[in-house]
Formats: sequence, structure tokens, C-alpha cells
Amino acid sequence: MEIDPFIFRLSIFILSIFIGYYVVWSVTPSLHTPLMSVTNAISSVIIVGAIIAGLAGNSETIFNTSSIFGFLAISLAAINIFGGFLVTQRMLAMYKKKKKDK
Amino acid sequence: MLSANLSAIFYLISGVLFILALRGLSSPETSRQGNFFGILGMIIAIVVTFLSIGNFSTGFVVVLIFLLIGGLIGAFIAYKIPMTAMPELVAGFHSLVGLAAVFVAIAAFLNPVAFNLGSPGNIKLGSLIEMSIGAAVGAITFSGSIIAFLKLQGIMSGSPITFKGQHPLNALILTSIIILTYLLCSTQSSNLFWILLGVSFLIGFLLIIPIGGADMPVVISMLNSYSGWAAAGIGFTLENTALIITGALVGSSGAILSYIMCKGMNRSFFNVILGGFGATEQSSSSQSKEQRPVKSGNADDAAFLMKNASSVIIVPGYGMAVAQAQHALREMVDTLKKNDIKVSYAIHPVAGRMPGHMNVLLAEANVPYDEVFELEEINNDFANADVAFVIGANDVTNPVAKTDPQSPIYGMPVLDVEKCKSVLFVKRSLSPGYAGIDNDLFYKENTLMLFADAKKMTEDITKNL
Repeated sequence: MEIDPFIFRLSIFILSIFIGYYVVWSVTPSLHTPLMSVTNAISSVIIVGAIIAGLAGNSETIFNTSSIFGFLAISLAAINIFGGFLVTQRMLAMYKKKKKDK
Repeated sequence: MLSANLSAIFYLISGVLFILALRGLSSPETSRQGNFFGILGMIIAIVVTFLSIGNFSTGFVVVLIFLLIGGLIGAFIAYKIPMTAMPELVAGFHSLVGLAAVFVAIAAFLNPVAFNLGSPGNIKLGSLIEMSIGAAVGAITFSGSIIAFLKLQGIMSGSPITFKGQHPLNALILTSIIILTYLLCSTQSSNLFWILLGVSFLIGFLLIIPIGGADMPVVISMLNSYSGWAAAGIGFTLENTALIITGALVGSSGAILSYIMCKGMNRSFFNVILGGFGATEQSSSSQSKEQRPVKSGNADDAAFLMKNASSVIIVPGYGMAVAQAQHALREMVDTLKKNDIKVSYAIHPVAGRMPGHMNVLLAEANVPYDEVFELEEINNDFANADVAFVIGANDVTNPVAKTDPQSPIYGMPVLDVEKCKSVLFVKRSLSPGYAGIDNDLFYKENTLMLFADAKKMTEDITKNL
């Protein structure tokens, strides 16, 4: 008897929730804002689906309804990816330790 | 062209890199490296997607153009945005993730062949369910985040909007979403798909409008969580491991943050979501608490008190963000330190409008993060400190939360500011805080009220030191 591949994806999903649970509890509270901006950026990996949709049209009709939604989604996700990672970078660069020059 | 198995392995790698990105945030030292892992994971995912499709014709160029447009806008926003606007920015970004999820779901619904999900009108049942969930949650995330954004930006009033029959209406709409999903799966009708999307957008608006401004930390965390579940739903549709792992990570991250925020207010999640907190409590504040004597002072008095102190604890709140007083505050602290006064910062979990809001602002003003402490770390130190300087915080310092079981904030963890030898309280007026209750701290013997704008007062104190 064969196992439906859906079950494997479900397993990955459930186990990832647990990983997320433990990893996020270990995030220091002072970095909760960067945590939100970086989760924002990585959830935009949804761009993968947008690219598939955008490239689905054949060579004569690049712009059909489905691929137009794909193109729009690419731009939206790209705003998030660039914006999210860069703003996180900018924030993290500000967290400095006390200078030991006293 | 990359084989399906090989690309699946690469997607797994980028999923693992995303886990490492979050892991890095456990301390500021490792966080920058973590962010780098995140970027790397994203690059791998995007490149692998291109390679696995292997279509480098005109369509590829168009995709790149859209990618660049979005990327430029994103980079521009990231460099221009002031740190005080971070809550709005995060809410705005959440709405984009939600909308992107909706668009991908629409694209998959209209052209299932491209995603290997069957043919239009005959989409595999499992995929259709996953797609509907992704689309519905994405739509809720989008419209909810828009409302949160408008409230944070001040375009929309931060006070809760409530009307009669709100909860039954919401319950009705939520039930209709489930019924629509069921009907959609049995009939494959595209009309039902559009109705489902419309109804989901509507419920997103309705869910967030009754929630007040100071509950925004919970709302933002919750929408963060939703954007994750939406991504996971789409991940199942596309059978993409990276998306499933990320969705689960982000979903649980947002859920944990909402839990921490709710605990910081000692309120249940449902209590926050059902909303209307600030509006209903206002009436009870007028009872018997007539004019009580208050000691008020000026910058000179405050400077005198601090100059003679040996340790000072600063308690910042949302008012500091509004007045943009973080730089002035750091200058004041620098002067204090020159006089050999020990200074530390105490941060309440729900200070500000999003998790970690105060920490980012202090970091921006060059305050070293090892001088900034969380509630549990520093609460015992108030008894030994000479001066507590409360700037823009209110309810989180109210001793009533510990003493009066009748109070709406009873049981909420508060900073033990009243245990300090003296308390300096910068505030514009005596008006109650968000919870609509009087702060007992105002009337204590050892409290000196400084009625002024937070930034101006801090600057004046520095001059007098």
C-alpha cells in the first residue's frame, strides 16, 4: 500500500510548527521587532508560486489572466523580500554593546 | 532543467536556512549572521524555481522586470522609513504577503495545468481545499493588515469601532466561509471562488475594526501568524517544502508573539480579539476619584533629584515614540553617566505598539542593548533605585494592577516603579491611560509630575544637569 505524498507534506508541516515553537521562544525579547520583519521577508518565499504562474503562459500569450496575477504577485512579494531583509539588516546594525572604553 | 527531486532538495535547504535565520535572533551578536542565512535561503529558492521551469524566453524577462520593480520599491522603503514608523511598516508588509497569497491562489485556480493540479473545472479535491484555505486566510490577512496600518498611521481613529450585532455578524460570515469552501469543492464553480474571496476580505476588515490602538501589539502579531498560515496553505497547493516550512515557522512565531503580548496585558486572546476594551471601561473611571492632590515640578526640580541620585531607572512607553524623544533621552542619560550615576532601562512587554518596539527605538538612539532590561530582569531593582524616570508609559506602571481586584487591569504584570525613592513622571496631562483608569502613581507622596512634551522636558532637564 502506498502512502499519499500529502501525508509527508503534512508531517513536514507539523514538525516545522514544533521547530518554530522552540526556535521562537529562544528569540530574545529585545529582538522581537526584527523577528517580525524577518518572518515577513521569509514568508514572501511565496514568490516561488508567483514565478511559476508568471512563466506558465506559452510564448505567444505571455499575458493571460492567470500570469498577470502571477506577475503582480511577484512584485508584491519582491517588495517584501527586499524591504523585509534590508530593514531587518538596518535594525540589527543598530544593536550595539556597551563600549568598554571607560 | 532541474529534476523535480533535485529542486525539492534545494527547497528543503532553503527551508533549513530560514530556520537558522530565526535561530540567529536568539542574541544580537548572531542575529546579523541569521539575516544573511535568510537572504541566502531566499536566493536559493528563487534561482531553483527558475531552473526547474527552465523557460528563459520572453516570459523570463517579464518576470525579472516585475521582480526588479518590486525589489526597488522595497529597498527604497527599507532605507527611507524612520524607525518610529516600524509598526506601520510591518503591518503594511503583512498586507502584501496576504495579497500575494491571494494572487497566487487566483493564478493557480485559473491555470491549474501550470501547477500540475488538474484542469480548469476539474481541479484535484485536495489542492482545491488547500487553495481555498490559502486564499481565504490571505484575504483576511490583507484586509486586516490594511485596517491595522490605517489605525497605526493615524489615518483611522485608534479607538475601537463597535456596533450592535457585531459578534453574531462575524460568526455568520465565518460560518459562510466554511460553507462556501465546501460548495466550491463540490461544484468547482469559479463564481463561488470569487465570492469566497470577497467574503474573506470583508471579515478581515470586520475583525480588526473593533480592536483599539493599544491592543495593536496583539493584532500585528496575530496578522503575522495569519500571513504564515496563508503561505503554508499555498505551500501545500504547490507541493513546495520551502513554503510549507516557512509558513509553519511564521505561523507559530506570530502565535507565540500574540501569546506573549496577551500575557503582558493579563488578558485572554479572545478578550482582545472581541475588542472594544477602551470604550467600555471609560465610564467606570469617573467614580469617586475626585480631584486628588498632585505634586508637579519643572525641569529644574527633576534635574536636582537626578543629580543627587546614584542610580536611575528609565521606563519608556508609547509616548516616547510619539514625541520622538529617544535621542534626547540618550543625551540626558549620557550627562547622568558623566556624573557617575548608574542608569538602566526597564521595558514592559507591551510598551509601544508592537513587540520589541521600545528596544528598536533605544537601539536607534545608540543605547547599548546590555543596559536595556525586560520586566522580570529588572523589577526587583526598583526598590534599590533612587529615581524612576517614566517617559510616555502609564498603565504598565499602575500599582492598582497589584492591589485592586476590581480594576480592569488587575493581575497585569506591572513595573514596580512606586518602590523607587522618587518617581519622575513625564506626561502631558493627568488624563488616564489607554485602559481608561486613573494611575495611583500620580498621587503618591514620592511622585513628581512633569507636565510637558516628553522630548522638550528631557532636553530641558539635560540643560539643568
